[in-house]
Amino acid sequence: MLYSEKVMDHFTNPRNVGVIENADGVGEVGNAKCGDIMKIYLKIKDNIIIDVKFNTFGCGSAIASSSMATEMIKGKPLSDALELTNKAVVEALDGLPAHKLHCSVLAEEAVKAAIKDYYDKNNIEYDHSLFPDCASCGHCSEDGCSTGA
Amino acid sequence: MNIYADNAATTKMSQAAIDAMLPYMNHIYGNPSSLHSTGQQAAGALYAAREEIAKILGCSAKEIIFTSGGSEADNQAILSAAAIGAKKNKKHIISSTIEHHAVLHTLKKLKKQGFEITLLDAHENGIVRPDELFDALREDTALVTIMYANNEIGSIQPIANIGQICREKGVLFHTDAVQAVGHLKINVAEENIDLLSLSAHKFHGPKGIGVLYARKGIPLVSLIEGGAQEKGKRAGTENIPAIMGMAAALRESVDQVEENTEKLIPLRDKLIHGLLQIPHTILNGDRQLRLPGNVNVCFEGIEGESLLLLLDAKGICASSGSACTSGSLDPSHVLLAIGRPHEIAHGSLRLSLSKENTAEEIEYIIHETRNVVEYLRNMSPIWRDLQEGKRSYVIQ
Repeated sequence: MLYSEKVMDHFTNPRNVGVIENADGVGEVGNAKCGDIMKIYLKIKDNIIIDVKFNTFGCGSAIASSSMATEMIKGKPLSDALELTNKAVVEALDGLPAHKLHCSVLAEEAVKAAIKDYYDKNNIEYDHSLFPDCASCGHCSEDGCSTGA
Repeated sequence: MNIYADNAATTKMSQAAIDAMLPYMNHIYGNPSSLHSTGQQAAGALYAAREEIAKILGCSAKEIIFTSGGSEADNQAILSAAAIGAKKNKKHIISSTIEHHAVLHTLKKLKKQGFEITLLDAHENGIVRPDELFDALREDTALVTIMYANNEIGSIQPIANIGQICREKGVLFHTDAVQAVGHLKINVAEENIDLLSLSAHKFHGPKGIGVLYARKGIPLVSLIEGGAQEKGKRAGTENIPAIMGMAAALRESVDQVEENTEKLIPLRDKLIHGLLQIPHTILNGDRQLRLPGNVNVCFEGIEGESLLLLLDAKGICASSGSACTSGSLDPSHVLLAIGRPHEIAHGSLRLSLSKENTAEEIEYIIHETRNVVEYLRNMSPIWRDLQEGKRSYVIQ
């Protein structure tokens, strides 16, 4: 089997699918050309993520990574969510195939992009180095899409 | 419900093929190169299978080389034609953008060795145009290699026409007929084919066995050195059980080709019609000139791997040209070559039918595919953008 049972569970029964109208923060990463886009919506109160939803266009591991990442940040303070790494997502999913690791990177980046959006909208000061430019991962370069994580 | 609709990937072996193989595993297990009677019984069977396959293809037994399958046959055909060309300083090869990688990667290797490669456009319907082939031919063209029918989108190429042009111009013509043999009527003599590759497991025969037909007088280079099997052009003890299974499967499929075509075309067309009822869905490949069992569509706004996994959960085995199913991140080169943009090519679905599929199964596939596509679209940010007018539909 290509995927772990955990991945299949989060793929076939994804948690937190949907959209939050009037979300406090929205992050979208990836691109259609490379075959995966993740969009994460956050509802934030007193620096706590009180609700999170996602929409994903992508393969089984992209959907599972989104589902797992949203589970891992739901109900958590923003500071914890900012520490979510792609590695933690992969571990929580009991692993991803090597050429699918970029899906977990997208999940980490989507969470960060949504938090950044919240900070920007509310004029909250933050450390810009915590939010690398989406293009810096090199996944969706001009030469095509790489599998690198 | 378990529906196998991935017959372009491989087929279930027919009972006739299995029955033909068994005696060569448990009784007549000799090596056909051995002089004793057990070996000579195997040699007799090998002779008969070669005769049978030659008769079906319209050639002589001496023109049949057994290989490990379609890829090996493609490699050997192309490298042989290139070697012949190189001797006469002809280093130009014409092929198409939608060939199998067994052809394209061999051509890439030749390019590094100084060959010039022209790839003909397959246009939106996935079919090359003989007039464009004619225009591409040069004094130094060593080979034309065009597949008989495409493995992904099922489009059938004008092989007899291409064969005639090549013969008139004195250029060698190879066709990768892996998807066509056993499914379409083929005669190498009538169609002026010089080299043809086929693979048994695409027509209900065993895996790991195929044929390279090479017209008399075309010297082959050998890819595997060793003993003198296959006239010294393919060393290694012959896989007699597989060869016997292949001959039986080929005989059966060719005998049933009309009956199967008559059964499959209505099923195929019913499936195409049903899938095209799903909004923003497009058919890949020609509407008419396609393999009787091939259906290939793209759904806007979703990705193929997740589609396949969910269909599998419903008991439907299918295939996709999505990047995620290939291990690379680029979608099918065939879909890109016929002009599908990347984001659309990622959302492709191939269903390839056999005589075992039923009308009820087709209805079930349509029903479940519709549900799965809708489910995935509902969680797709692209679909949301399309619906909200923030992005324009590529497929109307």
